[in-house]
Amino acid sequence: MRNALAIAGKELRSYFVSPIAYVVLTGFLLLGGWFFFNLLARFNFLLSIYSAMRNPEAQTRLNLNEFVISPLLHNLSVVLVILVPVITMRSFAEEKRSGTYELLMTSPLSITEIVAGKFLGAFAFLLIMIGLTGIYPIILLLYGNPELGIIASGYLGLLLLATAFVTVGLLTSSVTENQIIAAVSCLVILLLMYVIAWPADTSGPVLGAVLKYVSLTEHFSEMVKGIIDTKDLVYFASVILLSLFLTQRSVESVRWR
Amino acid sequence: MIEVRNLTKRYGDLIAIRDISFTAANGQILGFLGPNGAGKTTTMRVITGFMPATSGTVKVAGYDIFDDSYEVRKRIGYLPESPPLYGDMTVTSYLRFVGRIRGIAKAELSDSVDRVLHTCGLADVTERVVGHLSKGFRQRVGLAQALIHNPSVLVLDEPTIGLDPRQIIDIRTLIKELAGERTVILSTHILPEVAQLCEKVVIINEGRIAVEGVLAELTQGKTLEQVFLNYIAKEPADGHAAAEEATA
Repeated sequence: MRNALAIAGKELRSYFVSPIAYVVLTGFLLLGGWFFFNLLARFNFLLSIYSAMRNPEAQTRLNLNEFVISPLLHNLSVVLVILVPVITMRSFAEEKRSGTYELLMTSPLSITEIVAGKFLGAFAFLLIMIGLTGIYPIILLLYGNPELGIIASGYLGLLLLATAFVTVGLLTSSVTENQIIAAVSCLVILLLMYVIAWPADTSGPVLGAVLKYVSLTEHFSEMVKGIIDTKDLVYFASVILLSLFLTQRSVESVRWR
Repeated sequence: MIEVRNLTKRYGDLIAIRDISFTAANGQILGFLGPNGAGKTTTMRVITGFMPATSGTVKVAGYDIFDDSYEVRKRIGYLPESPPLYGDMTVTSYLRFVGRIRGIAKAELSDSVDRVLHTCGLADVTERVVGHLSKGFRQRVGLAQALIHNPSVLVLDEPTIGLDPRQIIDIRTLIKELAGERTVILSTHILPEVAQLCEKVVIINEGRIAVEGVLAELTQGKTLEQVFLNYIAKEPADGHAAAEEATA
């Protein structure tokens, strides 16, 4: 554990001494702010129209959770699909290219410690990234009355989703020494898992159910709606653990005869 | 201390080293010689546990590199051909990181870092970013990294490559000082270096051991260059000679 933390600390520091962290964080917050601003502006617009039309029924159906938080989280999740591969592409690929892989692999570390360290480092960066977007719900809480429980559930969903992204990114980075290949293959896998449920409605009951179950977005959407179901938690836990396990095997394979 | 027995490493069809055996005793500096591409780096990577051999065994301090890899890795300090540096860290933070993953207790970490900073002549650059250092200093940081956990076995892959003459002398002096109770394997193709530093020499050519022996016995009046060229030329030359005899 101590070793894993040493690696995690090194990883986190290396994000912030290179420009990557700042570029990613700036881009993420810039886009997030733009989404938030526009969703809020639209919300205000609808509110003023409905009140001008004196339509109290429609007005009560307008709520911040459904019209601002939920689309905001969905938009942020799409941005994460693109940014997470950039965060994770270096993790193993760069070590291999720069020769520091030899240092790690000849140190008295277990592969599990190395993978755990890499994961914790990227996860800590993710926490910072998603944590900084917490400003948007705080603004809503200060000036409106969104439902806190639904926000919390949605954010938990976003964090689980992004954690799953990170583990996929670690996996693709562990199989190559080329950062571009690591990033692109991670991006493709994530996009595929994002859209895999598209044919679900037209592809028969069994296949449709399978596709829906595999899709990351289906499970994420449930949590954004405020439903924390064990089956969604189990799904995210399985994706995360499976990717970490495969990463561990892929790193270990260097030592196989 | 280091016992290499019947080591073979294959990359697909390419056989990098075949059936290599040699030993290095406690406190010995072993010169590992050979032309480029002879299999020096591969051998060292197997000894340090970075990659497994296709067949054969290596024992370091009595531990098998395949079965007790962890114990071996605790006892080895390794400087690969290109020093394994994180370019964006400062010298101190880099060495602290290496110290931690090599299992040095937190209380002793600062002392260990200070010790190697001093032995490797890095006291003036402690807060410099590794990536901005000159090649000579980087090589020293690489050496400091290999020494930080006070290993009983040092594996150095061409430690003086690309250095200026004064730096080369410094590093050589350092290696000599370090030897003492440690076993050192020093790979190089700079022959005078071996003549100055090593008691024992292993010459490897095209993946095979050409000769293993004590330096003084091998040379016996000849220069190391002559011995080296003789052994390097031997195998193909024998083949040629045989072919020539046959045609004649």
